[in-house]
Amino acid sequence: MAREKRSGGRWKIQLLATLACNPFLSNFFKGKLYRGPLKGVCVPGLNCYSCPAAAASCPIGSLQAVVGAPQYQVSYYVVGILIFLGALLGRGICGFLCPFGWFQELLHKLPTRKYSTRRLHGLTYLKYGVLVVFVILLPMTVVNEVGLGDPFFCKYLCPAGILEGGLPLSLANESIRASLGTLFTWKSCLLVGVVVLAVFFYRPFCKWLCPLGAFYALFNKHALCRLSVDQDRCTACGACSRACGMDVDVFRSPNHTECIRCGDCIRACPHQAIRRTPDLRATHKKELSR
Amino acid sequence: MKRSSVLLLLAGAVLIAAGVLREEHVTVLHKGVNLCLECVGIG
Ligand code: SF4
Ligand code: SF4
Repeated sequence: MAREKRSGGRWKIQLLATLACNPFLSNFFKGKLYRGPLKGVCVPGLNCYSCPAAAASCPIGSLQAVVGAPQYQVSYYVVGILIFLGALLGRGICGFLCPFGWFQELLHKLPTRKYSTRRLHGLTYLKYGVLVVFVILLPMTVVNEVGLGDPFFCKYLCPAGILEGGLPLSLANESIRASLGTLFTWKSCLLVGVVVLAVFFYRPFCKWLCPLGAFYALFNKHALCRLSVDQDRCTACGACSRACGMDVDVFRSPNHTECIRCGDCIRACPHQAIRRTPDLRATHKKELSR
Repeated sequence: MKRSSVLLLLAGAVLIAAGVLREEHVTVLHKGVNLCLECVGIG
């Protein structure tokens, strides 16, 4: 119960979101993909469309597919979806709706010694480079003879593709297993690296490498769902900052680009100085008391 | 409600509509229903 109180029951939303993104669980045993019309839309979080259970498409994979297509080169559709979601929730998507973010959180619950990433703050800027270079510039400019660009992030960097697609499909499907080579080995090593790091550090992939997190981070200050600090209550004791796994100095900058809106700081504040805006609970209470 | 959020929501909606008019969602659909060899590590 204490644990549930600390996480605010957020895991239930993360579980529901993961199942909603991946409802076709029986496809894991059949070794095939869902091929229906829902794949024309994008899910909010990082979730590979080559996962056998996936119902819709990964926004980062889709963005590369459209910018790498000779007839488009820019994607209004995928960028529009990302701006819309970012303006609504910012990185709240990372905290509540992303299956790969939740996967890292679960690994971090393993009972081992944990290490702070505060001194590695400089690495958080890497993910913006990954977004610009691997998701946009390389697929747009490095093209084959028919003008098609490779999805460079999916191909060389994405650990979610190998976890949700490569591994289950290679186990269930013999012809896929037979075609695996060096690239599969490289991506598997990358996945193992992320898994090991996630056990000791909180959400290393989200902090340092994820291009989707980088995109949503740009919207944190402008999103509808934000955090606010009541300066009359705040004593600058720093309890919120110490509780934050994303290394945010919450009382100084509550809508920092790294904040995933998990709410750990809200629960840690001894003076109830931090709240979410819009405060749905307050609105609900007001309506009830009317 | 913050003005910048509303403007961004509107911009997002307009871009989605423009993308649908250009049939970008069809490219997304085709990519999603076929096994992505790069994602799964075949190449
Ligand atoms: S940073 Fe990326 S992987 Fe992490 S929660 Fe956000 S979208 Fe998901
Ligand atoms: S600032 Fe608060 S809500 Fe944001 S990531 Fe840190 S603890 Fe979570």
